[in-house]
Amino acid sequence: MEKITTHTGIGVPLRQSNVDTDQIIPAVYLKRITRTGFEDALFAAWRKDENFILNREPYTRGSVLVAGPDFGTGSSREHAVWALKDFGFRAVLSSRFADIFRGNSGKQGLVAAQVAQDEIELIWKVLENEPGATVTVDLQARTAVCGPVSALFQIDDYTRWRLLEGLDDIGLTLRHEPDITEFEATRPSFRPTTLPVRT
Amino acid sequence: MGKTLAEKVWDSHVVRKGEVVGAEAQPDMLYIDLHLIHEVTSPQAFEGLRLAGRRLRRPDLTIATEDHNTPTLDIDKPIADPTSRTQIETLRANCREFGVRLHSLGDAEQGIVHVVGPQLGLTQPGLTVVCGDSHTSTHGAFGALAMGIGTSEVEHVMATQTLSLRPFKTMAITVEGTLKPGVTAKDIILAVIAKIGTGGGQGYVLEYRGSAIRALSMEARMTICNMSIEAGARAGMVAPDETTFAYLKGRPHAPEGADWDAAVENWRGLVTDDDAVFDAEVYLDADDLEPFVTWGTNPGQGVSLSQAVPSPADFADENDRAACERALEYMALEAGTPMKEIRVDTVFLGSCTNSRIEDLRIAADIIRGRAKDPAIRMMVVPGSARVRLEAEAEGLDQVFKDFGAEWRFAGCSMCLGMNPDQLAPGERCASTSNRNFEGRQGKGGRTHLVSPVVAAATAVRGTLSSPSDLDPVPPSGSGTGAPGAFATTPSATPAA
Repeated sequence: MEKITTHTGIGVPLRQSNVDTDQIIPAVYLKRITRTGFEDALFAAWRKDENFILNREPYTRGSVLVAGPDFGTGSSREHAVWALKDFGFRAVLSSRFADIFRGNSGKQGLVAAQVAQDEIELIWKVLENEPGATVTVDLQARTAVCGPVSALFQIDDYTRWRLLEGLDDIGLTLRHEPDITEFEATRPSFRPTTLPVRT
Repeated sequence: MGKTLAEKVWDSHVVRKGEVVGAEAQPDMLYIDLHLIHEVTSPQAFEGLRLAGRRLRRPDLTIATEDHNTPTLDIDKPIADPTSRTQIETLRANCREFGVRLHSLGDAEQGIVHVVGPQLGLTQPGLTVVCGDSHTSTHGAFGALAMGIGTSEVEHVMATQTLSLRPFKTMAITVEGTLKPGVTAKDIILAVIAKIGTGGGQGYVLEYRGSAIRALSMEARMTICNMSIEAGARAGMVAPDETTFAYLKGRPHAPEGADWDAAVENWRGLVTDDDAVFDAEVYLDADDLEPFVTWGTNPGQGVSLSQAVPSPADFADENDRAACERALEYMALEAGTPMKEIRVDTVFLGSCTNSRIEDLRIAADIIRGRAKDPAIRMMVVPGSARVRLEAEAEGLDQVFKDFGAEWRFAGCSMCLGMNPDQLAPGERCASTSNRNFEGRQGKGGRTHLVSPVVAAATAVRGTLSSPSDLDPVPPSGSGTGAPGAFATTPSATPAA
């Protein structure tokens, strides 16, 4: 995974709460077996409306999404993160993220920055007054800066460290492979296995 | 200080405690007992393993089935949609390559992954269970710690049989009292979500407790745990008890002989200690509860069936008000309309929330001897091929067919409309599923989440209804009721 320290890009104000993963990417787009190429699927239903923000300049080039509370609720589909990244987003700001979405973002190098709702409101105002204004997300400093607004954001320490270092989670875990083998030796015999098949 | 149920299961699966680096604790490495796989969220994970030259560590703790994409008609024919077909074929090839047990379309054990695990007896108390599907919380009904994961985590579990996770906070959802007739587990969970909101459970594992929960069947507990994620909680749990043990006993993968005794002894300890402290507590009175239905576009936007569609002005919070406005527009509803006056086009009985044999029995009991509103299309989609067979053995299929409902093959179906089972734009559906998001059941479709009881009564009247709104069954009705027939089914009395 690529290292991330800071990102600066056009902020997209999405004044909406409960943006669920079915909106971020509708289920019909989940039939693909690839991990890339989901840019067209992002907010597919909403983008049918020509006035939807991502259809308007300069937001077509947006890379920092600033959304209402409870972003990414619903389905566990990591495709939601892939679609955001494929479109060009590098960070999402919200006052509350769904747990699974936040976890998926951390695995894929999309910064899910938790910013207090009153500061989200301030950033929305800047972005709406100056379309095309940028937001700088600094992972080292944990700040999101937009015009005069500088907001501290929260992100899990471990996720932040992995993103800063660009580390692969599986590789990290496999460093402790002997611990896993040792744990497996203590597993009680009454615990089920899927094989051999019993009917 | 004592431990909660969730903490006990967590602690017994810690392979490696997260190190404290400076002031920062790293996540724990948690062992995973059971990994459930389906076609949608696994192909990229298998591909990741292949690209990294990694093996799947424990095929014997992994099981796959086909559910999201599968058609519910003509299952003996090739899948018509080429992208769906490719995804299913990819799962089959991956399972062959990595040695994963797979229950394919046409197999008696195929079905919705969250119905299959429990019915095979693979879902057991005290396990950690994961799946690339947010409704994995279902399995918490057995006292397992079960949660949905993304595809990167699917790959992580495939390669390591562990996950790096931080402990959850714990929330007790205590439901005391006795449910009125016609009020079900679905109504409990919809009321809980309306109470705490779609974000109320974020960061928590929920433990459902209290006399009303203890009185529920395993199917009903699964319905409740299933929708924990709709309150934002990755996992929901119910402590195992005699109901759990009776359900499990005799199932294909339940322990046997001395292992059964050892297991039950272990399982009896899986309760929250009296002196344990939850990080948050919520109470709900079961006595007062009425059938609960949603009016909006998230599962927290619900009211009692006897109430009316709310107005944006009813909400103090600005975001809630805006969400209400938007939802009313999408749902084409007027504030103040009594819920019972809302006419639907479609009734969907199915999904990992409500497609088990008990759900089908409950619905069949209501429609037996009654006539369907002629304008209503009703689809009945059993949760698994096994449930379908059980239902047919009891004659429930005939009850649904006589009523004019479509009797389909097993799968996720119209819950998320990945297969051809979708709403047309503008269609309105009373659905026993779990999500009423915009376009969830088909682009432009409108969803009201309901219990199987309300779904069945709605199919009779055409508007959102409960059985108390229905005329008595005419004496000439064909139904015998035959409640005694239930006792002979494997699900009701698993070889006690």
